[in-house]
Amino acid sequence: MAQATDIGAAVPLRRSGRWNQRTFAPWLFLAPGLLMFAIYVLWPIVQSVTLSFYDWNGLYNRDGAFTGTFVGLANYRELMVDPAFETSLWNNLKWLVLYMLALPAGLFIAIFLNQTVRGIRLYKSLFFFPFVISQVVVGLIFAWFYAPNFGLFYLLTENVFGQGTAILADPNLVTYGIIAAGLWPQIAYVMILYLTGLNNVAPDQIEAARLDGARGWRMLWYVVLPQLRPATFIAVIVTVIGALRSFDLVSIMTSGGPFGSSRVLSYYMFEMALGEFGFRMGYGAAIAVVLFAIMMVFISGFIWKMWRDERER
Amino acid sequence: MVHKIAGLAVLAGLLATTSAVAQQRVVTWNTDYDAGPLAAAEALVADFEAANPEIDVQVNNFDREAYKNAIRNFLTADPPDLANWYAANRMRPFVEAGLFADISDVWADNGLTEALASSVPSSTIDGKQYAIPYTYYQWGIYYNRDAYAAAGVPVPAADETVSWEQFLANCETFKAAGIDCVTTGSSALWPVAGIFDYLSLRTNGYEWHKRLAAGEISWTSPEARAVFAEFAKLQPYVTANHAAIDWQDAAAIFVQGRAANYVMGNFAVAVFREGGMTNENLGFMVFPEITPGIPRAEEAPTDTVHLTSGAQNPEDAKLLLAYMASAEAQTKWNAALGQLPTNRNATVDPSDPFLTEGFQALSTAEGGIAQFWDRDADAEYAKAGMEGFQQFLVQPDQLESILERLEQTRLRLYPQ
Repeated sequence: MAQATDIGAAVPLRRSGRWNQRTFAPWLFLAPGLLMFAIYVLWPIVQSVTLSFYDWNGLYNRDGAFTGTFVGLANYRELMVDPAFETSLWNNLKWLVLYMLALPAGLFIAIFLNQTVRGIRLYKSLFFFPFVISQVVVGLIFAWFYAPNFGLFYLLTENVFGQGTAILADPNLVTYGIIAAGLWPQIAYVMILYLTGLNNVAPDQIEAARLDGARGWRMLWYVVLPQLRPATFIAVIVTVIGALRSFDLVSIMTSGGPFGSSRVLSYYMFEMALGEFGFRMGYGAAIAVVLFAIMMVFISGFIWKMWRDERER
Repeated sequence: MVHKIAGLAVLAGLLATTSAVAQQRVVTWNTDYDAGPLAAAEALVADFEAANPEIDVQVNNFDREAYKNAIRNFLTADPPDLANWYAANRMRPFVEAGLFADISDVWADNGLTEALASSVPSSTIDGKQYAIPYTYYQWGIYYNRDAYAAAGVPVPAADETVSWEQFLANCETFKAAGIDCVTTGSSALWPVAGIFDYLSLRTNGYEWHKRLAAGEISWTSPEARAVFAEFAKLQPYVTANHAAIDWQDAAAIFVQGRAANYVMGNFAVAVFREGGMTNENLGFMVFPEITPGIPRAEEAPTDTVHLTSGAQNPEDAKLLLAYMASAEAQTKWNAALGQLPTNRNATVDPSDPFLTEGFQALSTAEGGIAQFWDRDADAEYAKAGMEGFQQFLVQPDQLESILERLEQTRLRLYPQ
């Protein structure tokens, strides 16, 4: 800013032209992005929020007219007492908390793999492999793993405990079973983030710490981890978002069952708005708005932190 | 995607009409068939075109699951003349939005109220007909004779019905032999509704069941509790972990003889046969009587074709609909489908024992023909119900909370 006024003062004649250029140029460059953002992000948000005040089955009549009716806050009032919504909310919380396990696990594997031995590249790519496979495939693999009668996990528990446990048929275990499936690729993702982070750890600081006698946990906690802060920050963001938007695994592995015990908000929204027995667009939109609000809490937190970091620089 | 398909169809239609006989009139028909039924429908179309050379019928087939969403778009955006869908409550939203056309005249002009008598209620909304039912299939108990032999349980004779007490006693024997008495795979929910429907129909009768599906009966009423009391008797004998498998997985258990009975629809016979079962070891019986003296009702979901309100060529489309309803067309069509014709004058392939027995069971069901829980009840109510049935099969001790939740759903959807 100071610089800008200096130049302005030095060239008073061209001041207004400069000023215009400096004001408009950024907007010109931003325009395509902003336009896309407005059309594909902002406008749908406005539409979803509007729709959440309507009762609509998704049909237009023959003349193409909207057939919904305005119901005010009725959808939200119904959400408040809907046991399925409560289940979904709790399951989302379980996802959020347990998904965080991907951080320590990913860090551990990253440190383990951060060495120079023959063929380490191959090992790294093998560990990264789960993240490369589609979530749908991950879901199918784990569904077979848990499958009663022939699944590996089922046979294992049958051999150990005498009676097999069909995780996906048990309303108390099913969510944990799906989270475990989700953690598999998520750990790989976090691992790769930390591996790149570890590349940037300053060797001289490690050296200095070693001379001062730091080893093991203390070295990790006081020397390595602080330098991994940017990686941790990104890892937390992708893990939180990954947990909140968990949809594919639930859909593939259980369709929210048994009797809705493994629903999460995003799947419940899909069920209500677009599922075979749903087509309650307004109610689905209301769930989406709630999910959006929850995500906004985290996203604003991240943006605030990023903004603060930028300013400190 | 949908628009693309529809667009291609339109393009194909244009090409066909311009290159072929110019004065040919086109009827478009959107369908959701798998390969076998699609071939059957094409055979029907070929017969119709042979009889009406001036009409060209264009079948535009969709993936079955995708169709459920696609129909909501194409009925407004790009309506065909005819569209596949289902009878009873499942067609109600489209009728109420004015997207399906009233075809009472087709029914009246062709004497269909007589010929399709058993399907009149499920095709009618507010006194008008909106559907042509062309096929249905019975539900009932399919049993594995080998499993019966392995457990030493006498196989029910052809014309003898098993009593409910006897059935449950057999279950005990099966359990002792390590065989599941009744199998099902409920990960998709609907298979459990088949069991519940039969328990409900046999305990309280068709009229009561219909009112339950319509939300007129309290889930905490003594009659509803009576149904769940019978359900509780059956519960210990149903395949464990059914909630994690789908119906084809349960079919495998049944085919391998690890389960003796399967409450299913007739479409499962094809799967049983693929698994290696033959008429020698596969049997069919109607669900046992529970409350004595109640007129026997059966489940037979009906598939239908509808005239859309935006049809370009409704006159010729109605000709095709009338043809679909006729006895000779339905005989041939259903023989290819392996299902039952809805026209009472049509005939069933006598060499297929399951179709013959099913036709027999349905035509003598004096109690009535139910569509199936998810077609008789409104979508949201149906789903809540099926989740309750599945939960009861997994956690029978939760009966009170299940009934309470279902009752709350009922009061919300059907304010008293």
